[in-house]
Amino acid sequence: MHLSRTARTALRIGAGLGFAVIYVPLLLVLVNSLNPDRTASWPPPGLTVRWWSVAAHNSGARDALWVSVKAGLGATAVALVLGTLIAFAVARHRFFGRDTVSFIVVLPIALPGIVTGIALNSAFSTVLEPLGVGLGLFTVIVGHATFCIVVVFNNVVARLRRTAGSYEEAAMDLGATSFRAFVDITFPLVRSALLAGGLLAFALSFDEIVTTFTAGPGIETLPIWIFGNMTRPQQAPVVNVVAAVLVLLSVIPIYLAQRLSADTATSSRV
Amino acid sequence: MTTDLPTAAGRGTVRRLAGALHRRPRLRLALLLTAPLLWLAVLYLGSLAVLFVSAFWTTDSFTSQVVKVWSTDNFHALFTTPVFRQVVLRSVGVALAVTALCAVIAFPVAFYTARVARPKWRPLLVVAILTPLWASYLVKVYAWRLILSEGGLADWMLAPFGLSGPGYGLPATVLTLTYLWLPYMILPIHTALEQLPASLLDASADLGARPGRTFRSVVLPMVLPSVAAGSVFTFSLSLGDYITVQIVGGKTQLIGNLVYSNIELNLPMAAALGTVPVVVIVLYLLAIRRTGALNSL
Repeated sequence: MHLSRTARTALRIGAGLGFAVIYVPLLLVLVNSLNPDRTASWPPPGLTVRWWSVAAHNSGARDALWVSVKAGLGATAVALVLGTLIAFAVARHRFFGRDTVSFIVVLPIALPGIVTGIALNSAFSTVLEPLGVGLGLFTVIVGHATFCIVVVFNNVVARLRRTAGSYEEAAMDLGATSFRAFVDITFPLVRSALLAGGLLAFALSFDEIVTTFTAGPGIETLPIWIFGNMTRPQQAPVVNVVAAVLVLLSVIPIYLAQRLSADTATSSRV
Repeated sequence: MTTDLPTAAGRGTVRRLAGALHRRPRLRLALLLTAPLLWLAVLYLGSLAVLFVSAFWTTDSFTSQVVKVWSTDNFHALFTTPVFRQVVLRSVGVALAVTALCAVIAFPVAFYTARVARPKWRPLLVVAILTPLWASYLVKVYAWRLILSEGGLADWMLAPFGLSGPGYGLPATVLTLTYLWLPYMILPIHTALEQLPASLLDASADLGARPGRTFRSVVLPMVLPSVAAGSVFTFSLSLGDYITVQIVGGKTQLIGNLVYSNIELNLPMAAALGTVPVVVIVLYLLAIRRTGALNSL
């Protein structure tokens, strides 16, 4: 379509505004962490790094960060195992109800998080509490893992569909047992898909707030901590710094995802 | 490569086991599926089923204890109480408004990144669209709480025009949700526009169509399925949200936080209310499926 000069300029301005809308709020969070004031009035009266050192010594935020990391690692581990198992079943076998299985995997993120959250919460409290097990880190991991399975599954199943089973068959024709074929052929083929899926699962769990009533009263992940302290003027500067740190940290997965997709491009050529 | 199985006996066992598994695909399948299906079908679907059954129970109004007596009172209340009806309509309205706003904002951005920007910049622009998806959900909502706060960025920018920002409330909720889900709308539109064959556009121009006509008759019909695909995300994520409205919504009640506020005191009512977004989302998905948009997800 040969656009006129005015149309092109208009689109440039429109897209520029669009990108500004996307990035200004994130930049604002960064700048606001340097705001000496406790309110968010703009422009800030000055800049200071004082709150960064205050935040570094805030035990609530640090504990919450640690809980989030543990929950993320646990949920990612469970999701990697279960998601990969389902991906192999769906991609390498034909069976009755295969479509249903792929549907059930997607369901936890397709349904509103609050529904998943209260369903798991009431199930935990009816089943676990009579056994003397309270809500805690364990139930957080179970809740997070449930909807992290789908991202691992999606990545691995896409990779398995693109790589034919004939490589494994060739290995077995050459005398490898199916275990050996898995270790030497299949696993290297799906490795980067597992990494990508694991990365996504961790990010998803680390960010999760919606289903977090699976956490007991004593357990606070970082999102729960932020949510709880957001409206307290006294805590505002620390929340600002934590928010800024999270914005800066989000660069890591973007970088890793780029590296992984480059890796994917080379390894899928085999 | 031969050192990891030390003894001949061990190697024989492994080989026999591998052979046995290889000859029994059903057994392999059972081993693969048992653990995940126990988790998803028993734990997850089981909890969901119990929740929806509990929507038919009631609560003792004095003790807040759940009374396991079958009744349709909750659903009766859901359909007859004006407040609930209002909240449901408002929530669907918010989800539709967010979807429409996302589509309107996403289109020029996607058109620029897919067809106007220089080809060598395009992959970088896609990364720039994706980047905010990795930033924390809560931080993004918090950013809008800062922007819309009294004397915040919105007030400051509108002050020269003699206006002030919308403050916290329903418009703030719509704005924030639009911001959150915008990338989910830009990406499918970008992909569709990128795949649009240039020859079609040339043909349209050769036949005498001006750009506006080409846009209406060629571009729009081919991109609409992608808009529908993007709308699945913007619509269902907005409808299920209850955090954003608590942070920037002021006193606004949406279906999500109505469910949330009932959890402690009246779980059966919360469960009954929770069926509403599920049913609406399923209906929406069925409607979208008729357009064939789900295949382009």
